[in-house]
Amino acid sequence: MSSENGKQMTGATSLVKSLERAGVDVMFGIPGGAILPAYDPIFDSPIRHILVRHEQGAGHAATGYAQATGRVGVCIATSGPGATNLVTPLADAQMDSVPLVAITGQVASGAIGTDAFQEADIRGITMPVTKHNYLVTDPADIPRAIAEAFHIAATGRPGAVLVDIAKDALQKQTIFNWPESVSLAGYRPIVEPETSAVRDAAALIASAQSPVLYVGGGVIKSNSYKELMQLAELTGAPVVTTLMARGAFPDHHQQHLGMPGMHGTVAAVTALQKSDLLITLGARFDDRVTGKLSSFAPDAKIIHADIDPAEIGKNRIVDVALIGDLKYTISALIPALKAEFKKHQPDLSAWWSQLNSWRTRYPLGYDHPTDGTLSPQYVIERIGKISGPESIFVAGVGQHQMWASQFISYENPRTWLNSGGLGTMGYAVPAAMGAKVGAPDKVVWAIDGDGCFQMTNQELVTCAINKIPIKVAIINNESLGMVRQWQTLFYNERYSNTDLHSKRIPDFAKLAEAMGCVGLACESREDVDRVIAQAMEINDQPVVVDFRVHRDAMVWPMVAAGTSNDDIVVARSMAPIWDSQEL
Amino acid sequence: MTNSIHTHTLSVLVENSPGVLARVASLFSRRGYNIDSLAVGPTEDDNISRMTIVISVEGHALEQVIQQLDKLINVISITQLDPITSVQRELLLVKVATTPITRSQVLETVQLFRAKVVDVAQDAVTIEATGNAEKIQALLRVLEPYGIKELVQSGLVAMSRGLKPGSISTENQ
Repeated sequence: MSSENGKQMTGATSLVKSLERAGVDVMFGIPGGAILPAYDPIFDSPIRHILVRHEQGAGHAATGYAQATGRVGVCIATSGPGATNLVTPLADAQMDSVPLVAITGQVASGAIGTDAFQEADIRGITMPVTKHNYLVTDPADIPRAIAEAFHIAATGRPGAVLVDIAKDALQKQTIFNWPESVSLAGYRPIVEPETSAVRDAAALIASAQSPVLYVGGGVIKSNSYKELMQLAELTGAPVVTTLMARGAFPDHHQQHLGMPGMHGTVAAVTALQKSDLLITLGARFDDRVTGKLSSFAPDAKIIHADIDPAEIGKNRIVDVALIGDLKYTISALIPALKAEFKKHQPDLSAWWSQLNSWRTRYPLGYDHPTDGTLSPQYVIERIGKISGPESIFVAGVGQHQMWASQFISYENPRTWLNSGGLGTMGYAVPAAMGAKVGAPDKVVWAIDGDGCFQMTNQELVTCAINKIPIKVAIINNESLGMVRQWQTLFYNERYSNTDLHSKRIPDFAKLAEAMGCVGLACESREDVDRVIAQAMEINDQPVVVDFRVHRDAMVWPMVAAGTSNDDIVVARSMAPIWDSQEL
Repeated sequence: MTNSIHTHTLSVLVENSPGVLARVASLFSRRGYNIDSLAVGPTEDDNISRMTIVISVEGHALEQVIQQLDKLINVISITQLDPITSVQRELLLVKVATTPITRSQVLETVQLFRAKVVDVAQDAVTIEATGNAEKIQALLRVLEPYGIKELVQSGLVAMSRGLKPGSISTENQ
């Protein structure tokens, strides 16, 4: 491969060679005028290009691929509208620290700034939603820009990088020169934490009476779940996994209290509130976890381990900062802690009896609707059970997302994909497509809402044509369900513009069939297992199941936005009265 | 930790590449940081520019500003400059109204502040002055009663003093 170095070729060929050298095996995209020169060498490249139906689908597919595999996801689009359609997936990937590289064509360098046809300043537009971005106008710069883009996307705190390339730079002749290494004066992620900070952290843990391991998505990004398991079992401390960390620590493990946050378990939320030490690993004190920040975990000291120094102290002042790659940090913490525990290991039995009492008194649960209609939580729970913990579950955003996080047991990392930070409706179908491309041997379920599904379902055509047999469960409550839930609770049941009528229009099963998928429907509890089993048997084409569920089901527990975690509300009936709940 | 708002001077070395200023400005705007002044210029190295940024932030927010700035790939290094151990200068051009009676008083003020006159018209003189923020403000206070017709001021530029042991500051103020 290195024999390519020094050869003359077009900028376009240089781009494709660079992508090959960066290790790309698949990319998702749509050609158009400005990027067209690149599509000619793509035709001959071993890189698989999947032609999507909308650039947003390309971006989320690359994200799903990256989240399922841990590799950098790649999407490609043309200038102007092609590029602007990538803005949402770029912002989405950046918020969830997903390694993503987007390649866009730009109008010819001489036309930049003239409001040329299909011109958009995509570098300017995406500056606030990417980790870094490039505008390349000289073909000689293409290999270095691509090498740097992959380096920046994949290392440190992963993120989205965009490389915008002017059309004439793709067309001109250049000498290919792939840089063997990348060195950036202003980018040197810290890998190993300071020894003294590790010692301080160990000392704090050894003196804590009610510690909690507050685990975020960083544990999955850094592949440090084995180290986490060792640390958890060494400390004996309870573990909570945030929405981005589901699967980082097995749900069946005795020390696991579930998810914290707005729709977290009572045990997880309350454990954080009452803790005297949060051992924070790759989490970022997001408002959906902390509730009202000033009342969050008021008595807790904070150890914050993160690779991004800017996360330290951003939302919560910390006592010990461990800046570095979690794999190194946790590996360093374990022996330091063993040394401390030789001197003194705290007895956590009082803490555990408290935790166990919350856990038994307030388990997650739901009731079946009294009118005989289908419970959405039941559907999701059964999909999780029947498909099993080796499957990958990809959610959209809203009620179904929360239920999929709550009622499916995640035992392995990279089996739960969702849009946590940006909350992008329409994420599920294209992300599931990308996940299935990255992990073809796994069963991939998109758990989607009827609202979300109607935003990006055209990618099922892509799935059908390219033999990407994902399974889609539409949790059809004919509503923008989470918004409706807030209208129920906070807007006097005035359902302004949340009724989607999706049990009437469209006919999802027929729509699925029209897009080359198998379309199924289910509306009774008795049929759920049979329909899921039927979907499980179809492995040569995508399958869509329209689960027509009760529309008034709500996500519980709930900490209302802007309120304290202490005011968590537990609801056990279908449509509880907000004020009369216990706790 | 203090909650009072303080002014801080950051000397930021950045790659001299297109869009860097936009990245820094966008970051400050997006994160809600307040820029008092910003000056950008070349350094002894053609590939590197220096930004001198003056910001008002409270308490630990300064640490956040520095960390967020440092995340920008094009930002090479950030130094917080202490007013005591650094040289800080602003440039002022000010057009002051004069009459035959007040002109000599204005010129005397110019001398006192070691400023200089760069243009004279029938009814005004234009004065150039450099100095730290306090000096510039003091000069403006003295000139104000004569009538300031027009004023332009640069952002602050600053540099750390040579602090090697034994080095002597040539500054005399």
